Amino acid sequence: MNNLDQTKLQVLWNRLLAVVEEQGQALIRAAFSPIVRECGDISAGIFDRHGRMLAQAVTGTPGHINTMAEAVLTLRERIQPQNMKPGNIYVTNDPWIASGHLNDFLLLMPVFHRDVLIGFTSCTSHLVDLGGLGMGPEGSDIYDEGLLIPPCTLVEAGEMNALLMDIVRANSREPVANEGDIYALTACCERGAMRLVEMMDEFDLNELDTLSDYIVNKSKRGCEMAIAEVPNGSYQSSLMVEGYELDVELKATLTVSDHDMLLDFDGTDPCSQKGINVPLNYATAYSVFALRCIVGSDIPNNAGSLAPFRVVAPQGCILNAQAPAPVAMRHTIGQLTPDLVYGCLHQALPDRVPAEGASCMYDLPLRNTPETAQSNGHQFAIELVFNGGTGARPSKDGLSVTAFPSGVWGSQVETTESAAPVLIKKRELRMDSGGAGRYRGGLGQRIELQPSGDDDVLLFLSVERIRFAARGREGGMAGAAGHVSIGVDGEPLPSKGLFRIPANETLIFETPGGGGMGNPQERDPALVASDIRDGLVSEKNAKLDYC
Amino acid sequence: MSTKQDLRLAVDIGGTFTDVVLMNDAGLVLSSAKTPTTHVNPSDGAIHGVQRVLEDSGSAIDQIRIFIHGTTLATNALIERRGAKVACVTTEGFRDILEIAYERRYDQYDVMIDKPDLLVPRARCFTVPERMSWQGEVLSRLDTSAIDGLLSQIKQSDATAVAICLLHSYANDEHEVQLRKLLQQHLPDIPISLSSDVSPEAREFDRLCTTIANAYIQPLMAGYLDSLAQQLSLAGLNCPILMITASGGMTTLDTAARLPIRLVESGPAGGAVLAAHIAEQCSADSVLSFDMGGTTAKLCLIDQYRPQQARHFEIARAARFIKGSGMPVRIPVLEMIEIGAGGGSIASVDKLGRLQVGPQSAGSEPGPAAYGKGGTNATVTDADMAMGYLDTERFAEGLLRLDAKANTTALTEEVGAPLKLDAAQAAIGISDIVNENMANAARMHAVESGKDLGDRLMIAFGGNGPLHATRMARGAGVKRILIPPNPGVGSAVGFLYASVSFEIVKSYYTLLEAIELPMLNRFLDSLVDEATNIVSNAAINEPLLNRRVAFMRYQGQGHEIEIELPGRVLTETDIEEVRQRFEAEYRRQYSRPVPGMRIEILNWGISVSTKANRRTANNEQLGVSAAADNVMRLITCDRTGDKVSAQVYERAKLPARQMIDGPALIVEPQTTTLVSSDFTAEIDSQLNILMTRRQG
Repeated sequence: MNNLDQTKLQVLWNRLLAVVEEQGQALIRAAFSPIVRECGDISAGIFDRHGRMLAQAVTGTPGHINTMAEAVLTLRERIQPQNMKPGNIYVTNDPWIASGHLNDFLLLMPVFHRDVLIGFTSCTSHLVDLGGLGMGPEGSDIYDEGLLIPPCTLVEAGEMNALLMDIVRANSREPVANEGDIYALTACCERGAMRLVEMMDEFDLNELDTLSDYIVNKSKRGCEMAIAEVPNGSYQSSLMVEGYELDVELKATLTVSDHDMLLDFDGTDPCSQKGINVPLNYATAYSVFALRCIVGSDIPNNAGSLAPFRVVAPQGCILNAQAPAPVAMRHTIGQLTPDLVYGCLHQALPDRVPAEGASCMYDLPLRNTPETAQSNGHQFAIELVFNGGTGARPSKDGLSVTAFPSGVWGSQVETTESAAPVLIKKRELRMDSGGAGRYRGGLGQRIELQPSGDDDVLLFLSVERIRFAARGREGGMAGAAGHVSIGVDGEPLPSKGLFRIPANETLIFETPGGGGMGNPQERDPALVASDIRDGLVSEKNAKLDYC
Repeated sequence: MSTKQDLRLAVDIGGTFTDVVLMNDAGLVLSSAKTPTTHVNPSDGAIHGVQRVLEDSGSAIDQIRIFIHGTTLATNALIERRGAKVACVTTEGFRDILEIAYERRYDQYDVMIDKPDLLVPRARCFTVPERMSWQGEVLSRLDTSAIDGLLSQIKQSDATAVAICLLHSYANDEHEVQLRKLLQQHLPDIPISLSSDVSPEAREFDRLCTTIANAYIQPLMAGYLDSLAQQLSLAGLNCPILMITASGGMTTLDTAARLPIRLVESGPAGGAVLAAHIAEQCSADSVLSFDMGGTTAKLCLIDQYRPQQARHFEIARAARFIKGSGMPVRIPVLEMIEIGAGGGSIASVDKLGRLQVGPQSAGSEPGPAAYGKGGTNATVTDADMAMGYLDTERFAEGLLRLDAKANTTALTEEVGAPLKLDAAQAAIGISDIVNENMANAARMHAVESGKDLGDRLMIAFGGNGPLHATRMARGAGVKRILIPPNPGVGSAVGFLYASVSFEIVKSYYTLLEAIELPMLNRFLDSLVDEATNIVSNAAINEPLLNRRVAFMRYQGQGHEIEIELPGRVLTETDIEEVRQRFEAEYRRQYSRPVPGMRIEILNWGISVSTKANRRTANNEQLGVSAAADNVMRLITCDRTGDKVSAQVYERAKLPARQMIDGPALIVEPQTTTLVSSDFTAEIDSQLNILMTRRQG
């Protein structure tokens, strides 16, 4: 390979990155599931014939990073390349293959060029409803949680598998939206395959292996170089979370060697009885995402850049839940793993890692009550998404009311009120909720919401950091904990469970603030003054924390 | 030349140059001028340019029947943060609409991002007790007892403009109007923008941002427009001045002063209007316009001679052109994608050994290394020079002599050394990457718009468009390219083809199956009336067209598809027709409609316009029927990297119907067209250069 070929190869690499983004956009635009279309809960990728991931869309949330790379290998192995035919697409939503819970469907399409299998396109997205107890932590095993589809053929020679679609429809409260979302996934795979073949023709390629070696080797070397800059050692941390029935301790050991990193969740508490358990693929996704934000963040995700990062955990711990454990709300705890990982990485790179943040999404799934449905009242189901503050950064304040690590978008008040019978009375930053520090944690927000009609509304709560607030680093203080209650003077609700909001009552929903970084007394007084002026910090707290 | 003829004049004030183009009634360009933009008082430069074209063509100012003006002043004021001190007023309980926004990071992997600066700090965000429901019912009245307190807050904040955005005001503007009245009594000198006026669409964050942006530039723009009108009137101009808007239409000075946010990005819009005009001239019903300058390239899709419209735009994105990193504005705009790829885009090699080009630009001072003005960066222009595409003696009308030594040094040191390439190979690498970047952006843009690129005619202009058109087209899968005459001043020429128009988009939610026709027709008619009032001020006794669209989707989806409605009162039978149009369009974009899904409509758009100026220049008389000079130049083939011999033609001497086989170069004062070895060029009857990619 001469040097000139290198720039051609890079052109091809850029093309693959553009194709996966194109796939991702097509999927989001055609999606029905709100969490997909508003929050980009998807992934799209291109793989070589060996199943090595070459490019993955950056659109979307990190929940699919790595997960998809592994899932395609598994699915390819199950179906076997010699059985694959042009125009076919394969599917599964097995949480332990796809993406950690039943709602995530993964599709795999073999791509043929001049009658030869040259690679695969794949995509994942979140379907609205697959029956069972649905999106909530109430299930006691995976069978409670809905329909599981083992790896099988979804599209045969361009034709939808009618029986499979019937089964999916028959097992869902939202049959039409599910069907729409499966169509969107199919269009996404087909689009990627078409573009890949066009690229092969345009550049007159017969195989992808040369390109794929180039991408994988170059990326692997890049990540190894980035890891080499991290001091070798073994770093440990732990994080308390609230769980469902019991507090849960998460533990991690990060071992940094010359060219790779190994994350081990040994010591983490066992699974819960309820659906907050996390399959290892999902815990890996968020952990590796957290590492990749700091180490080699400019190198795109592919089989090469992911190879130096390995994650292991004892079977049966809450971060390596085994079938048939219930896993529907695996994201609540899964999204806290970056804080656990940063607890380790901070010891190696004290100037690069943010403090703990609110981290888990404060989503607010609301539904009508059964009586409303029986009396022909207003039936609805909506999943509002709100976030707290991020942890202070090494040289900057945290971001107020901003999603991290997830990439979701928050809901707008006006569209929410037109879509569901709720009235939002307040949505403002929570003064003094950002952890004090040389750099302040981001602020949380306070939402006041009441049913706008005469009917009660059900709330399916699954959040964290109600009792364990986001901790600061280097002398920075903790952010404010979250708080949920019904009525201004109502008792604080626990972080998980099913609750009823009476028609004449107001739900108070306060998201947590991020932790601070560094000693608050070292904060620039001008910044303290402007925080007071902007009403982010009260004069009283400024005196307490910063003087 | 007759001194009696009626003239049309266009002035495009850009960041660097002010372009003026004078056209006669027959559609012939009589004269054009490029003068430096005078930043302290932009009207000085404009008037200077006007005087030049009038002198040059022996015309008098009172012959001008229509004066069309576009300016980057509004855009620049927003980018450079030179606007008013805005205070905003929102509904009590919602002080932090700006701060909260969509709760997202625009860059997934960068933990150090800064949120966009949205112009109003929290200390100038105030609230007032009131509440509307989403259907526009008053839930609680505007509390007038709170006005005194609000007034003193505004006064104490030293605000020089106010933006009011109350929840659901798109459904009922009563409280916003009442609040403005109450504030104005005590703050007579402070302009107040209402969200229900500026952008009556649901989604409070976008509406508030748009209202703030409008308030932010209002004092500045009102002052500028006033002074321009006075100076021109003193100089003897006695025709109306019309302002080019972001949607590529024209509006009156009054409307421009009230809604200055509509004036952003009018320069690039002019380019798209030009491309649309040419598309119609040569009956090309599906076109990609490609406008590549020194810093950025702009792309626009044009179907049925109409540039693609959008309702959303982002101001001042962070350096890397990342979506979501700027301030969103919801106004009718031409849907364009802007990429950090121009002649000045800088090439560099990252630590992985990956070659990157742009989005940083060397600008014009010091500019590319080849300018010999002390720049050391290797740029796209440097690559083009090393590949032999630029005439070192006659670059930029001969004003700039290119420096071969600085050029080679930059390519070798900045790109060659880290990649172990020589200067010539480095140049090819830069060329490949920048063109692939543009092609990828074009493909992505087409995808996001639900369109395909393959069968489009690319119309290329701007200083670097003609030079990069074939290379970019190849990557984007485009086979035919057209280079119009005067490609260097494309935007200003485009102004002359714009129509007087006004667009309104407003939210009104309904299910398709539950439309209440009388109410909907009243709603649409009121929008048409409002726009007609504005347009008829500038277009007296001209026939007006009205276009109505609905933004539709399946219930539960997040992205809408624009569907055209009949331009009249709707009847029962139209509903089924509209549903069929939606399903046909859905099938086209996503291969299959979804059976059994309900269809909903959130927003409605109307546009009222005059017919576009379709006067067609008879350019043929400008052409001189002379054979090409027999000049050959050794260039690098952009496909193979080999050295090949290319014929060099003077564009001005090329007669219609001349055929040229690539590789060849067609040179004119402001730019050069590269005919790659896999393309054939032909000069058409309008003296456009038409290039076609050969098969195989």
